[in-house]
Amino acid sequence: MTTREAALDTVLADLLARHGRDPGRLLQILLDVQARFTRVPPEAVPKLAAALDLPIGEVESTVEFYSFLSRTPVGDYRILFSDNITDRMLGNQTILDHMAKRLGVRAGEVSEDGLVSLDTTSCTGMCDQGPAILVNGIAITRMTLRRADQVCDLVRNRVPVAEWPADFFRVEHNIRRADMLLGADFMPGSAVKAAIALGRDRFLEEMRISNLRGRGGAGFTTAVKWEAARNASGDERYVVCNADEGEPGTFKDRVLLQYYPERVFEGMALAAYAIGARHGFLYLRGEYLYLRPMLEEKLVELRALGVLGRSIFGVGDFAFDIEIHMGAGAYVCGEETALIESLEGKAGRPRIRPPFPVTSGYRGLPTVVNNVETLCKVTEIALHGGAWYRGYGTKQSTGTKILSVSGDCARPGIYEYPFGVRISQVLEDCGAVRPRAVQISGASGQCLTPREFGRRIAFEDVPTAGALMIFGDHRDMFEVALNFAHFFRHESCGFCTPCRVGTTIQAKIMDKIAAGHGTQYEMNELEHLHEVMRTASHCGLGQTAGQAIADTIAEFRGDYEKRLARRDFEPAFDLDAALARAREVTGRDDADSRLVEEGWQLRETTR
Amino acid sequence: MSDDATFMLDGRPIRFEAGQSILQAALAAGAFIPNLCHHPEFKPHGSCKLCTVKVNGRASSACTTRARAGQEVASDTPELNRHRRTLLQMLFVEGNHFCPGCEKSGQCRLQALAYDLEMLNPHYEHFYPPRPIDASHPDVLIDFNRCILCALCVRASRDVDGKTVFALAGRGTAQHLVVDCPSGKLGDTDFAATDKAAEVCPVGAILPKRVGFAVPIGERPFDIEPISVQAAHAAHAEPRG
Amino acid sequence: MRHVAPTPPRRKLRVATASLAGCFGCHMSFLDIDERLLDLIDLVEFDRSPITDIKHCGPCDIGIIEGGVCNAENVHVLWELRANCKVLVALGACAVNGGLPAQRNHLDVGSCLARVYRDRAGGEVPDDPELPLLLDKVRPLNEVVRIDFFIPGCPPSGDAIWKYLTDLISGRMPRLEHPMLHFD
Ligand SMILES: Cc1cc2nc3c(=O)[nH]c(=O)nc-3n(C[C@H](O)[C@H](O)[C@H](O)COP(=O)(O)O)c2cc1C
Ligand code: SF4
Ligand code: SF4
Ligand code: SF4
Ligand code: FES
Repeated sequence: MTTREAALDTVLADLLARHGRDPGRLLQILLDVQARFTRVPPEAVPKLAAALDLPIGEVESTVEFYSFLSRTPVGDYRILFSDNITDRMLGNQTILDHMAKRLGVRAGEVSEDGLVSLDTTSCTGMCDQGPAILVNGIAITRMTLRRADQVCDLVRNRVPVAEWPADFFRVEHNIRRADMLLGADFMPGSAVKAAIALGRDRFLEEMRISNLRGRGGAGFTTAVKWEAARNASGDERYVVCNADEGEPGTFKDRVLLQYYPERVFEGMALAAYAIGARHGFLYLRGEYLYLRPMLEEKLVELRALGVLGRSIFGVGDFAFDIEIHMGAGAYVCGEETALIESLEGKAGRPRIRPPFPVTSGYRGLPTVVNNVETLCKVTEIALHGGAWYRGYGTKQSTGTKILSVSGDCARPGIYEYPFGVRISQVLEDCGAVRPRAVQISGASGQCLTPREFGRRIAFEDVPTAGALMIFGDHRDMFEVALNFAHFFRHESCGFCTPCRVGTTIQAKIMDKIAAGHGTQYEMNELEHLHEVMRTASHCGLGQTAGQAIADTIAEFRGDYEKRLARRDFEPAFDLDAALARAREVTGRDDADSRLVEEGWQLRETTR
Repeated sequence: MSDDATFMLDGRPIRFEAGQSILQAALAAGAFIPNLCHHPEFKPHGSCKLCTVKVNGRASSACTTRARAGQEVASDTPELNRHRRTLLQMLFVEGNHFCPGCEKSGQCRLQALAYDLEMLNPHYEHFYPPRPIDASHPDVLIDFNRCILCALCVRASRDVDGKTVFALAGRGTAQHLVVDCPSGKLGDTDFAATDKAAEVCPVGAILPKRVGFAVPIGERPFDIEPISVQAAHAAHAEPRG
Repeated sequence: MRHVAPTPPRRKLRVATASLAGCFGCHMSFLDIDERLLDLIDLVEFDRSPITDIKHCGPCDIGIIEGGVCNAENVHVLWELRANCKVLVALGACAVNGGLPAQRNHLDVGSCLARVYRDRAGGEVPDDPELPLLLDKVRPLNEVVRIDFFIPGCPPSGDAIWKYLTDLISGRMPRLEHPMLHFD
């Protein structure tokens, strides 16, 4: 056995012990392996499979699924640039190019000495304080050229990330408008005590009265979900807090987790109380790794307070504790069934529904999956009752909604409004600069033009998971759609044909248009692709992957048309570039070694 | 007219048994709904999406949707068939399908569906992915160029053979079939030519060695009858349900 | 199989054909429509085609092309036909998806050339400007120019070609169904 292998064995043995040899913790183990070796070494796969009694193929499947895991080594310093459109608007590409030059490594590559690697990643949820990067998984906000230089120096001098200036890692809450949730004081334990005082049935009744609907996107009535889970048969029940927040432009859950963690955890305890669950998971997106130590501390505090643990506040059969699971760079894991697969250590491919998680979720048992914000709202209902809660918002959309506002405005950040607020009001409050369009609810949401700014944020009008990205009148909406097309290609899990292949073809066509080689033909193709993906895709990702393109084509056709070639057809690929390799080996550069249609036409007419 | 165990498929009443999917019930009744990742003996997978139908106006996969009394199911419509053609074209350009040189030709379900839906060309730019061939097993060959990721071999190996020889790994278009052993080679597994997983591949990705092109062109299953007609005959030959 | 005589068009249609990276099998199959070729001659006249020896294409109604696109010359021929023909028909598997020649697509064309000329023959890779340069990948026609119609098959049967062309000539939407539609 080589020393390297021996070292691997020692590390694996230690990790396996720490994770209790639980195959469900495979992803968590792999994340530790990745952090330790800057990759998942190929020899680790069969070893882990054997130790966890899993097929090698299943371990392989997990390793290859998550973009934060890699089979080939990344740098000792792994720098990932958040590449949402808002980061782009804040100039992340200039900074990326600058760092690439200074470090002598191109995006997507590792430096020869293995010191540093540079790449882009999907939105890291810092849109109000971008451009943002991740260094070895930890978020750095407000990047500038100056800060980039500092980072380069620190890397060159091999300074451990833990010793970098604290200011780099400061993540502001940027709460600009606080309402019933963000503005209220909260005494840890108070909500759980209030619910216990009501008793399970009364508390659920209050939940029903509140008409609270899920904040994760679908807007499902929370009380109905809980009752279904409570009534489903199973030896165990589970509560999962969906903190995957991968939707580009969304960052409100990050603020709740960082500044209101007691609310989040207590909301989970309330769900557990209502449905009779003993175990809870917080599924935290990998990009929010920086929050983890603080959240773990909070859990310790809450256990000490008796909000978590056995016979909570003296209720004999009320035992509940929470475990934090990290995501690893996969937007689709926000979809609740993919999230559950991921919790079980597998690749995050959405399951077939039905059965729904409430009857068959984590390990096939009844599971409630709720968004971070939803769970925070639950604490309010426990404290103040359903009727009080219903006093806010509209009839179908009760309470308040937290919006993540970013893009072209004076005051990007977090805004809490009662449901029913007009978009124009939000735009005024945040100081939007001559808005040309607003993208609601992220890349998968809808694109609205000033004509529709009078509409209201509410499930019955403009539903949203919380993102509101503003594009000023100098912005090119094609660029926005192009960014989203790349996002979906990167994030498609690959399970179903329309999304797996469709998002790739869609991105190719968008690239072709971007390169000035698109025609009307490509425009029609895009519309057809959207139609097929929307109709046939297995989950919400594929169903919405063409929406932004369809919307921007409908509203901002000019942004596409100005890029179209003035011909009825353009080849699928660059013909002349396709000869480059042959030119190289033959050493030719004569007229016939070139393929330029204009040149050919000229020669033809003079033939 | 909807009695308690009947739904309507394109205006035709289909009787079903409790627990059947729309696809199962339709096929049993001799009504063809295009499908690729479905197999009567396995749990549905729902990934190819060829079976997408409209149930009371809402799109869903016929293979994963329970049949219920009174459903109005639309399947053979120009719009849905256009979508299916697109899905087939996606599968063709995503892999490397050169039918003239493929031993499965004439018995391939992907190809047969393309015929049935009158797909004349793959339409989209080909990906021409570089994919290997695994010839390590003495009796069976895997040509990854033709794999459509239907997971039938995965299910067969796991659920019938009890071996988990196959798995799907990778994300997006990087998704691919992996063989479950340290070398990743089929020859190093306990896979056998007699396994269920050796016979379920709907395309020419998992092939028995030394039996290629045994049936002359013109006499292969789908030369004789289109896949939709065969499905109808199969239902009448051994009526299920 | 006997056939319905197609409705004759008002004037004879001019047809050009070409074989790119193909094996000429599709042209052979085209000729395989036997005595119907005589019917066809009543309806069409041939411009540039391997069967006429006309070298460059004039204005045509229909262009029929077999084979995929593997080199610069193929592209030139394709451009010429596209510029001169009202409709283009991709004939056969290679024209439709690259076919057998496209099986080289996973190899690097540079290494292929070096292997053949340097390593095997011990010479140099020829740099004669008369020789068309190879594209890095063999492509189907529709990735290079707009193609209006496709007749798959390796080769398509004479019957399929006849059916498709007579549909086209008579102004019907051409269709291929079982058993004429096949990919091999
Ligand atoms: C592609 C996709 C991504 C999603 N991402 C998230 C997410 O990041 N956070 C979230 O709470 N819900 C997300 N959802 C919605 C969840 O599936 C689920 O509906 C939600 O977590 C339920 O919680 P709620 O009822 O409290 O809203 C996503 C859905 C899809 C289809
Ligand atoms: S729609 Fe996309 S993300 Fe969803 S299951 Fe299909 S491939 Fe995966
Ligand atoms: S698997 Fe089917 S579609 Fe693919 S090449 Fe073989 S016969 Fe053709
Ligand atoms: S090898 Fe065949 S059965 Fe297995 S996933 Fe691929 S296409 Fe399906
Ligand atoms: S047969 Fe239903 S999705 Fe494949």
